[in-house]
Parts: sequence; C-alpha cells; structure tokens
Amino acid sequence: MIAKDDQKRDDAHTSSAYRAPGDIERHTVPPDGRPLDEQPRWRQDFPIDWPQDEYVSRRDLVKFMVLTSLAFATGQLWILAKTLIRRQETFPMLPVARVDDVAVGGHLVFQYPAESGPRLLVRTGGAEFVAYDQQCTHLLCPVVPHVDEGMLHCPCHNGYFDLESGRVIAGPPRRPLPRVTLEIRDGVVYATGMEDQAT
Amino acid sequence: MPVPDQLEFFIDPGRCIGCQACVQACTECDTHKGQSMIQLDYVDRAHSTQTVPVVCMHCDSPTCAEVCPADAIKRTEDGVVQTARKPRCIACNNCVLACPFGIPKMNTDMHLMMKCDMCYDRTSVGLKPWCASVCPSQALAFGTREEMERLRPNAKPVNTFQFGAQTIHTKVSMMVPRDDAVDWVDVTAAMHEPTMGHEMLDDVFSENLFDDGDAA
Repeated sequence: MIAKDDQKRDDAHTSSAYRAPGDIERHTVPPDGRPLDEQPRWRQDFPIDWPQDEYVSRRDLVKFMVLTSLAFATGQLWILAKTLIRRQETFPMLPVARVDDVAVGGHLVFQYPAESGPRLLVRTGGAEFVAYDQQCTHLLCPVVPHVDEGMLHCPCHNGYFDLESGRVIAGPPRRPLPRVTLEIRDGVVYATGMEDQAT
Repeated sequence: MPVPDQLEFFIDPGRCIGCQACVQACTECDTHKGQSMIQLDYVDRAHSTQTVPVVCMHCDSPTCAEVCPADAIKRTEDGVVQTARKPRCIACNNCVLACPFGIPKMNTDMHLMMKCDMCYDRTSVGLKPWCASVCPSQALAFGTREEMERLRPNAKPVNTFQFGAQTIHTKVSMMVPRDDAVDWVDVTAAMHEPTMGHEMLDDVFSENLFDDGDAA
C-alpha cells in the first residue's frame, strides 16, 4: 500500500521539484492538472484567478445591461404596437336601449362590446345620453351617477368624475373614465365605439 | 501591481528562535490590524523549544479556493492567494478545514475568512512582508534566489509538498539541507509516527486508532 503510494508520488514529481517564480503558473492549475479546455464549464464561469474573475464580472455586467435595455426597448415597442392595434380596433354597433326605456336622470348598465366589462348609460337630458365604463379607473369599483350634481361618484375612495366629459374632478383616480360613443337613431340608443381618453 | 518576479519568500524553520516578532509584526498590518495571520507552532513542545513560523504557502492550485462554495478566494496573477472577498465570503469554514497547511483563519465576528496574503500591500510595491522585515534570524526571508544561495550555503529551497495523494506546488519555498536528496516535503509524514511525549496516537488514518481500548 505504502509502496504504491510512493510510486504514485514519484510519478507526480518532476525531475526538479523547485520551480523558479517565473515558472510558477500564471493561471491556477486545476487539481487534476489537465488544461482548461478539458475542464468542466463551471471552471470558466468561476475562475480562481483574480483577473479572469474580474473579466467574468465585467462581462456579466455588460450582459446584464444589454439584456435589460433590450427588454426595456422591447417593452416600449410592445406598448406602441398595442396602442396602434387598439386604434385600429373596430367596434360593432350595438343597440343599448330605447330612448323611452331610460327616464331623464336615470341610468342603465349594459355590456359593450358584448361579453366585456359593464358600461353605464346615463340620460342627462331630453335626448342627451352619455355612457362610460362603469369601473372606476382607480381600483375598479362601480361608479354611481349623480345627474343633478353633474358627477359620477365612486364610493370606494370618494373619487369624482365629471358627468359630461368623464374627467377626474377629485379623489384618487388619475385617469378619466373610458367613454362609450353613442348614436341615437329612430328612438334607439346605439353604442358605436370606445374611446380611451387622455389624462 | 504584481509582486516582482525575482522576489521570493523563504521559510527556514531551522533558523526560527521562537521570538514571536513575526506574530507581533503581523498584527501591525493595516489590512488586518490587531489580528495575526501567522502562527508559531512548536514542533515537539515536551522535548524541544524548536518552533516553526507558519505562513501561507500560496499554492498554484489552492485547495482553499477549490473548496470555496461562494467563489470568494482568488489568486492574483503573481500567484498570491488573497483573503476571501468580503462581499462573497459566507464564513462556511470549508477553506479552514481543507487547507493542507492550516492557514486560513475564520473571523467569526466579521463573518470573513482572513489569511496571510504575503502583505500584498507591501510586497506588490517591492517591500518585504512585515514578518520577514522583523525576523531577527531571517527564518522568514524575502529576497532573490541568488541572494539566498549566497547567504545560505547549506540550504536549498523546496516548494513541492505532498499531502496524502495530493501534490502541492507553492510560491513560497521551504529551506531544506542542501546535501539532502530530498526534493519534496511530506506534510503528513509526522501523522504516521506516534507523537513523542504523548501516549496517544495522533494518526487519524490508522485503522487501529479505535481498537487500542483492549489494553485498558
């Protein structure tokens, strides 16, 4: 056993055991002594040598920055594309109610386009109707119309919207209510489209 | 700036007088103030006052770095193995247990492994490490190889060590008798011998280690 060990040790030693400092490896020698090409991949990713480690860190930083900026740029493009597609979106014409069905100052909840979120139709005057998304732009609570005050009120956090335009008057919401465009034809109120309003 | 190629570190245990000057000088270093990275070991305290200063040998395949799970121990291009990098070290103690020479020291308060870095702030600008600059008998010497050959006619440097089946080449050299055929030092050689002055066998590789109970 010991003889075998000695044999192994003798093999491991070269003729002269002393290595001058110039001969000392610039790069750390892996324990098995094989060149870096034959080493597992992780040795390149986690080098023991300081300069190589700095290089990996630098490369990682650059990689991180490039990928992050790429992600941001892609996100912007995606938002742009989404906006363009939404603009081109065509809405069907949907009969909501007969004019006589809603009393002056009264309101009606409907879905437009069909199977989507609830919208609110309010009759503000003789033949004057307005329609908005019923969900408050703050936290999606349903808004309540107050026609005599000319406002839409969200009871959750006291948000107020202007009944004529859908703009925010007070409270936490930042964006106006999306408006549903209407058309009255032959005594029937039709929804013709949705408008995202600028803040 | 790397440590100049021609300057080398030599340890000559035969010259050590056990004065502790290196240990004290090491605590004065600004990079680890108050804590010495050198230990002064007694070879056989019961029979001899002989001491050996133990500093990092700076292996070309550092076992401490090989076992580091946090990628914290790095070797600079001049072959100096540095203290663990503070942002990475997780104070797991692997390096302390793995080092064949017992060099790394765990600073539990700082959660950081600290080791002898050959006074990198000094040697990288061509100065001697603190320990070598104060050693009165030059058991720790820092200089050129030619200088060593001229000043120590009876000694030669050896920087190959054997730790079990592991062969270790180091940047720091150990001085051995020049006439000796020896060209490598077995770090574990003493483990196979019963320690002088002790009844207990220290050979942890011995299969009979736990069978000695029969005598008692």
